[in-house]
Amino acid sequence: MQFGLLPNFGTGNTNILKSLKIMANEIEAQVAELEKKIKQLQKSQPKDQISIIAFSGDLDKMLAAMIIATGARAMDTEVKMFFTFWATAMLRDPKKTGKGKDFMSKMFGFMLPKGSSKLKLSKMNMCGMGTAMLKVLMKKKRVSSLEELLVIAGELGVEINVCEMSMDLMGFKREEMLDYPNLKYVGVGSYLADADESRIQLFI
Amino acid sequence: MTTEELKNITADFVVDARGTACPGPLLAAKKAIGEIESGEIMEILSADEGTKHDIPRWCDKVGHEYLGFTDLDSYTRLFLKKA
Repeated sequence: MQFGLLPNFGTGNTNILKSLKIMANEIEAQVAELEKKIKQLQKSQPKDQISIIAFSGDLDKMLAAMIIATGARAMDTEVKMFFTFWATAMLRDPKKTGKGKDFMSKMFGFMLPKGSSKLKLSKMNMCGMGTAMLKVLMKKKRVSSLEELLVIAGELGVEINVCEMSMDLMGFKREEMLDYPNLKYVGVGSYLADADESRIQLFI
Repeated sequence: MTTEELKNITADFVVDARGTACPGPLLAAKKAIGEIESGEIMEILSADEGTKHDIPRWCDKVGHEYLGFTDLDSYTRLFLKKA
């Protein structure tokens, strides 16, 4: 610490007291300065949070995303997921339908998977055989299904934000989406603001 | 803790996560930790290999004391003490 010029300890107690007072004031000022700097640093530190972009919509990749998301919650890490493009289809509820779609949207809705149970593997799908085989294996080894993981994620507080633009492009309506707790429809700005605070960012 | 000491521990709460695979045991541990008091010992039963590495790291991150594990034929017993 810099004390500058040490005050002159003149003769007599009052002079000593005066000098001590001056030193104490200097130290107080420096501590206040340090506290301010610490507060600033703390604000700019990334949070114990992970941001996941779910993009691909492939079964294997979405499984990985959900296992990471729920695992992170188990470790008390905040999780914010941003579902965009092909992954948006995963959040459709197979029991619901969207009304009032135009022809293109109806086509898209028909061609894209209706919910997590209809997703395919990114590799070795083999016209559906690979996907079916994996699901059998998962049941055998007691690995949670994507549907089960979505429910668990909801219970654990994994935050899911859906890309509004993807909804628009693919003609999905909000009423046909899953009943996921606190589902929000946002743009890329929200994702970026969230990701900026997170220590870990993943694109899946 | 040594294997001998671990074999003789009686946990205050036992979590049987043998029916689940990753991330099952971790999630079960997180759920159960809310049921015990600070200082109590929790035992986790798992048949998933990864759990042996996961639980110590979880304890580290969340702040509990990891005590060790013992291997049995078809599963592992892991012990920790709640902070």
